[in-house]
Amino acid sequence: MDALHIAINGVAHDLKGVDARTTLLDLLRDRLHLTGSKKGCDHGQCGACTVLVNGRRINACLSLALTHEGDAIITIEGLAQGDTLHPLQAAFIEHDGFQCGYCTPGQICSAIGMLDEVRRGQPSHVSGDGEHVELDDAEIREGMSGNLCRCGAYVNIVAAIRDVARQAPES
Amino acid sequence: MSADASNAPLRTRSIGQPLARLDGRAKVTGAARYAWEHELADALYVYPVQAAIARGSVVSVDIEATRAVAGVVAVITHENAAKLQSDENKELWILQSAGIGFRGQFIGAVIAESLEIARHAADLVRVRYDEQLHDADFRSDRDDLYAPEKVNAGYPTDTAKGDAEAALRTAEVVVDQTYTTPMEHNNPMETHTTVAVWDDGHFTLYDSTQGAHSLRKTLAPLFGLDADAIRVIAPHIGGGFGSKGTAHAHDVLACLAAQAVPGRPVKLTLTRQQMFQLVGYRTPTIQRIRLGANRHGRLAAISHDVIEQTSRIKEFAEQTAVPTRIMYAAPNCRTTHRLVKLDVPVPSWMRAPGETPGMFALETAMDELAIACQLDPIELRVRNDAEKDPESGKPWSHRDLVGCLRKGARHFDWDRRNPAPRARLRDGWLVGTGVAAATYPRYRMPGSVAMIRYESDGRYVVRMGAVDIGTGTWTALTQIAADALDCPVGAIALDIGDTHFPNATVEGGSSGISSWGTAIVAAARAFRDKHGANPEVGSEASAASPDNPEEERFAMHSFGAHFAEVAVNAATGEVRVPRMLGVFSVGRIINPRTARSQFIGGMTMGLSMALHERSVMDARFGEVVTHDFAEYHIAAHADVEDIDAIWLDESDPHSNAMGSRGIGEIGIVGVAAAIGNAVWHATGIRVRDLPITPDNLLA
Repeated sequence: MDALHIAINGVAHDLKGVDARTTLLDLLRDRLHLTGSKKGCDHGQCGACTVLVNGRRINACLSLALTHEGDAIITIEGLAQGDTLHPLQAAFIEHDGFQCGYCTPGQICSAIGMLDEVRRGQPSHVSGDGEHVELDDAEIREGMSGNLCRCGAYVNIVAAIRDVARQAPES
Repeated sequence: MSADASNAPLRTRSIGQPLARLDGRAKVTGAARYAWEHELADALYVYPVQAAIARGSVVSVDIEATRAVAGVVAVITHENAAKLQSDENKELWILQSAGIGFRGQFIGAVIAESLEIARHAADLVRVRYDEQLHDADFRSDRDDLYAPEKVNAGYPTDTAKGDAEAALRTAEVVVDQTYTTPMEHNNPMETHTTVAVWDDGHFTLYDSTQGAHSLRKTLAPLFGLDADAIRVIAPHIGGGFGSKGTAHAHDVLACLAAQAVPGRPVKLTLTRQQMFQLVGYRTPTIQRIRLGANRHGRLAAISHDVIEQTSRIKEFAEQTAVPTRIMYAAPNCRTTHRLVKLDVPVPSWMRAPGETPGMFALETAMDELAIACQLDPIELRVRNDAEKDPESGKPWSHRDLVGCLRKGARHFDWDRRNPAPRARLRDGWLVGTGVAAATYPRYRMPGSVAMIRYESDGRYVVRMGAVDIGTGTWTALTQIAADALDCPVGAIALDIGDTHFPNATVEGGSSGISSWGTAIVAAARAFRDKHGANPEVGSEASAASPDNPEEERFAMHSFGAHFAEVAVNAATGEVRVPRMLGVFSVGRIINPRTARSQFIGGMTMGLSMALHERSVMDARFGEVVTHDFAEYHIAAHADVEDIDAIWLDESDPHSNAMGSRGIGEIGIVGVAAAIGNAVWHATGIRVRDLPITPDNLLA
């Protein structure tokens, strides 16, 4: 019961002896030494632990590791292709979308998930009639509000996401 | 080299360039290592046991069930923890006696093979208490208020110039109001963390600290060690805002735990909830401000009386009225601070301690005075601008508050403002604008040392034990070193974040660049004096931050102006802030890209203070009940719209060789007043108690 088969950033892991109480976040950080995903509250209130599970963003601190049997996880460590940064990573540097950097991996993973949600037409609280979701600044802010930044880089984070969304081809 | 020569202006080439953060790639790829994240073999995990009463003592601790849990390696309490050698700082004097000074204080810790085991086992510790009546009730009408010897940063507790009472009695216009700010918590995103290894009489600490050297200097006497017996490693820190500026009890707890299991690393990180009890906070304040002026708005008297709390076990006196002493020209000025000692967690530094709550009160009162005098609030401030420091009488090294106000007015379209309140309704939202001034002292802490060595790869290694808590130290110090050595930034290899490097002072009081940058400039000048422009490989020089006699001759402060537009929902009282602009006079900007981030970051925290942040102390239990991000709301993406910061193009040659005065704090100072003043303009309702919540605006 304590075995787990999980793919992280394209690498398959066959794990044994996983404590039933271990969250996905602690598994990543303390067992697999993938410390890019951060712990800021351990309660799903800050978003610093955001990772992509089968393409969807979740708070890794709110999810027990053993519930992810067979899942494909992408963390901040899996976004760059060699030396080439993911466009959002590059945009965060260009727009100075962080100061201390502790919320940054979560912000970037969350932005990838949020942009995909918008692409699939998922409306939010600010999407008007919900028929057509337009990626304006209000939509970005609403979609990113689960990711807190105490350094107060929100203005620059929104600018970075806006830049990437405009450049990205519709797919 | 004389002190004067050491402070001679630097020729700037890299300084002033918007260089992207040098640590940016590490941070966006997850490679940057914060305190918890250094790979260490055989690590153990620490989970604290905390006092469940607010005052009294521990009678007994039953650890039988805890010890029985497989994977528990050790349990420490006051009965078996190593003895500390100094009880000077009672916040750090933990596990030494049965006494309890506040709810949540550490009374033990469990050390186990995994985090899950440690946490579960800590929950099984059974403690019996002798509970005494506690007092956590912060009120202005208490009869046990006292005057501390001095307030934080060494300022006098009370000041009096002229006769403010007499001037208030005869003033044509008087504003006499009381303003309050709540308990607020720093809440950096990285939870406070210490990973400690005790080996052969030496500690190695991986710590989330704003001062690697200052941390070890604080801890060394506690453990009877020389500072050199402690190494602190801190290459990246996930924010601090003051709460990581001093050692807190968790640093000591991790060290005590490490001594219980010599040779093995122990990892301790506080939970978010624990951070509301154990790493400091901004005291609540009750502030009475009285302004006396003639009908043209010229101030005759300023009076600022502050009441705030401290903990019974350790005094911290926030310097809330200190900015009032230097802000405006008034012939009569008096300020006082009174404290009450309570059975509460120990307050400490939070971004611009003193200035942040104090300027909320003063700058709100100034808005009220402008209205009473039927004057534009910018004009009121211009009329009362101080040509020299009203407190010391010294000339300013540079003061251009008026320039900030005027530049901001142009950019914010202030001149078209209709001064009448509650005059603009847009789609069900009442719209208004407000302004407030900002100030922050220029600090430089003595004692920082930089070492420079020329390497075989043609680069200059620059070493000092400074830290980057997100302010951009890695980048800004590299730019300063490049100009000091007259080479490109690519020729500099900066090493910081480790006490193996020379002493550097704490990252606090916006003093980092002034304190560390001057040491680098001095070291670079010493290096060139000794080795010339074409040094041999391996050439070295070190120097300390030089004394600056100008500090005695001039009053050195930064200034700024905040402009805010708010929209208040006429039906619900919800406050939105569509637009904020900050204009700053802070000397030379080292890096415009990272500087703007610090300014808008401070302004964002100020918005959060104005509208959201309030820690609620339940006095019945001595407990901060709003102890997570669900109940203590900090500004999120959805709360922040258009925030921008600009600055005056200037250099302060009296401050240091770079011409800078420090920028980390001033962004937050005055923001809450600007927003509150805009709320008055939008609604006609004056809110004098932060935060400004919708219930205040449903008139």
